[in-house]
Amino acid sequence: MEHYNMNLNLKVWRQKNSNTKGSFKMYRVENISSEMSFLEMFDVLNEQLIEVGEDPIAFDHDCREGICGACSMYIDGKPHGPWHGNTTCQLHMRAFKDGDTIVVEPWRASAFPVIKDLVVDRTAFDRIIQAGGYISVNTGNAVDGNALPINKDKADASFDAAMCIGCGACVAACKNSSAMLFLSAKVSHLALLPQGEPERKSRVLDMVAQMDKEGFGSCTNTGACEATCPKEISISYIAQLNSEYLLAGLTKE
Amino acid sequence: MLDAKIPSGPIENKWTDYKGHCKLVNPTNKRKLEVIVIGTGLAGASAAASLGELGYKVKTFCFQDSPRRAHSIAAQGGINAAKNYQNDGDSTFRLFYDTVKGGDYRSREANVYRLAEVSANIIDQCVAQGVPFAREYGGLLSNRSFGGVQVQRTFYAAGQTGQQLLIGAYQALERQVALGNVTQYSRHEMLEVVIVDGKARGIIARDLVTGKLERHFGHAVVLCSGGYGNVFYLSTNAMGSNVTAAWKAHKAGAFFGNPCYTQIHPTCIPVSGDHQSKLTLMSESLRNDGRIWVPKKQGDNRKPNDIPVDERDYYLERRYPAFGNLVPRDVASRAAKERCDAGYGVGTSKQAVYLDFASAIERYGKIEVTKQGRDANSATHEEIITLGKQVVKEKYGNLFDMYEKITGENPYEVPMRIYPAVHYTMGGLWVDYELMTTVKGMYALGEANFSDHGANRLGASALMQGLADGYFVIPYTIGNYLADEIYSKAISTDHEAFVEAEKKVADRIHTLMNIKGKTSVETFHKRLGKIMWNKCGMARNEKDLQEAIVEIQALRKEFWKDVKILGEINEFNPELDKAGRVADFLELGELMCKDALLRKESCGGHFREESQTEEGEALRQDNEFMYVAAWEFESESSWKLHKEALNYEVIKPTQRSYK
Repeated sequence: MEHYNMNLNLKVWRQKNSNTKGSFKMYRVENISSEMSFLEMFDVLNEQLIEVGEDPIAFDHDCREGICGACSMYIDGKPHGPWHGNTTCQLHMRAFKDGDTIVVEPWRASAFPVIKDLVVDRTAFDRIIQAGGYISVNTGNAVDGNALPINKDKADASFDAAMCIGCGACVAACKNSSAMLFLSAKVSHLALLPQGEPERKSRVLDMVAQMDKEGFGSCTNTGACEATCPKEISISYIAQLNSEYLLAGLTKE
Repeated sequence: MLDAKIPSGPIENKWTDYKGHCKLVNPTNKRKLEVIVIGTGLAGASAAASLGELGYKVKTFCFQDSPRRAHSIAAQGGINAAKNYQNDGDSTFRLFYDTVKGGDYRSREANVYRLAEVSANIIDQCVAQGVPFAREYGGLLSNRSFGGVQVQRTFYAAGQTGQQLLIGAYQALERQVALGNVTQYSRHEMLEVVIVDGKARGIIARDLVTGKLERHFGHAVVLCSGGYGNVFYLSTNAMGSNVTAAWKAHKAGAFFGNPCYTQIHPTCIPVSGDHQSKLTLMSESLRNDGRIWVPKKQGDNRKPNDIPVDERDYYLERRYPAFGNLVPRDVASRAAKERCDAGYGVGTSKQAVYLDFASAIERYGKIEVTKQGRDANSATHEEIITLGKQVVKEKYGNLFDMYEKITGENPYEVPMRIYPAVHYTMGGLWVDYELMTTVKGMYALGEANFSDHGANRLGASALMQGLADGYFVIPYTIGNYLADEIYSKAISTDHEAFVEAEKKVADRIHTLMNIKGKTSVETFHKRLGKIMWNKCGMARNEKDLQEAIVEIQALRKEFWKDVKILGEINEFNPELDKAGRVADFLELGELMCKDALLRKESCGGHFREESQTEEGEALRQDNEFMYVAAWEFESESSWKLHKEALNYEVIKPTQRSYK
């Protein structure tokens, strides 16, 4: 891989806190190596800002290996930027070239209010899980792990749904700010396993009710969520969610 | 000598006897008892959920925006358990033995045995929660091998085992939140522990969004705040991982055990430049199939695929024929360093070795051909390679993708370049058998404590320990303490101990903000990291360590004179959060060097150059150092050493050999 350096213009959303209005501000960074990650480029920018006495840009990030789900930048009109199946922290600067102008915004959704700059409040996701995104088993109650064989295909499909990192890119990508992909991933993860069976109906009904309460929009099947999901979670899980919801609603006692 | 309060009796009965005799708290009293849990990774989430289920009133604190983001989530390879599902000779005893040997005979036998004993329950619990472990076509759980071990006892979920286990524990925790048993405080950081009459009774936490300080009472405080690998600046830890909670506990009286025991993981993506902010691990599970090599010729600049097999040095297979590429982490790391230092390193930096999947791809491809009912020789080479790649993709796909995203190279075609990096800290707060620190009512679980991994942790054992402590140990041991606390009413947070503790925190934050110097927090952190890595890293010697202590002291002085933190106190201010953490690392680093200096032996992850065999292997000095070094904080740069003797009653320590 050939490495190169570049100079970039950055148009970044600055917002002091949730009570003040934000706006874009232009910055310039120079000699950025193509080997850097996008967040390392932001580290360089922030060091530059500290040097001149300007408040550094706040952004969420933690593991920087694409799994914790903390990072959340809306880059050039796409959550997590131009690469497919990728998080912001794993985006590397070889995706850009010298002279580019990059626009960086926070997730935009009324259920995700801005805390500062590029940081948003995603606790709505925790509350959706609290509404039923679990299997009610207390510690110590479990039977032997191999007592209940599970069809491999089903276990694999369940795992594919369980890969969701709860970053919220699906919501940010959706014109309706719908959380259906996030919700469907959790409902499907648990509904596909025999352990999830006893609470299958109440789970989907309660979680959907909570999602609505949080102010997320409806799904109109545009597929933007699937296209942007860093873990490439399939929109077919939304179909599974719909059928789970319908069945639960119809057969509820 | 410290007393670990290990129950008497044969090792296999200790835990059962303990559980049979420890004090219990009845359900109505549990409702009146409050427990604070710091950190929501595997240890914290599992502890908080289990204590909530029992009926205690629990509060959890994490600095991330959600408990689900704790760094346990990044663990890749798997979790060990002595299930013996493979019928390959595994047992509780063997897992216990492997872990003690892997830890180079510097861990506490009784704790490790208990860990092995409850390991099987963890798998059952996780399966019941809906953790989608990998399965075979028959529907049963699948296993793989990990380093330092000759059985297959590692359970996994692709390369995302930590994520799946943490989501399981997180969901159990959120259920308790919904039931009202647990109150969750995210974006909060513990900055002081409150001690009343010698017992931990609460904490001072800072709301990281508003910057406000809060007082929280608890009848007990459980620290599950993880490890301190970020003292090296570059590590596989998350950016936010820190020692602050543990360090505050230490300064409030909790002894710090074996601080110098650091695990340097052999297979990480090498550093690419000065801009590097963190290092990324490539799971140890890759060593099941990947072969590690360097060119036989020094400074060989040919592309890896142009170097013929007989001009490659598969140095692990050469040096350790019995375990080959699956030697424990400390051994593999040192061997890589040795080759690179001797001038055989590869890549632009020459600080890397190859991890090559070509033979695995070919081997799997041939198996796939025979599965189709054909003779392996009848297939073309391309056919075999295509089929083999599919198998490798199924096993390690996400790791290969991650490698390609970071390096821009395709590891299905060219060997990965890897180099050791700081990954885990075996040291931590000293705890007794009940996981209580030397402060009454304060516990430490998971990576935050020191107890189970000795001087080197085996792969897939961190997840096991975090969950063992949280699900199966603390629910019993905390009851033994809280049973005597049922008469203790909740202490008002207006109590002078809370007022004082809060003042101490506020003063420190004000001091930090008012330095108004010229140098950023990041710069200090990087400089500390360089000192630690160069002088207290993979190989240590007396001269370097003595120098490092002086350098760290000077750097700390400079920090408190010249650090530059912008923004305000009462707002969301990540720079201020980071400054507090780096200030603590600047104290911890000194203690780590002092501990490393004292231990004039090589053991596990601690390699003292002065103590090695003629073949360059680590040489322990059991006569002198068969103890846990537990440090008591006295004042700045001054600690008192306490020792806990390690008595091996069951296993006879020998010089570790993986040849």
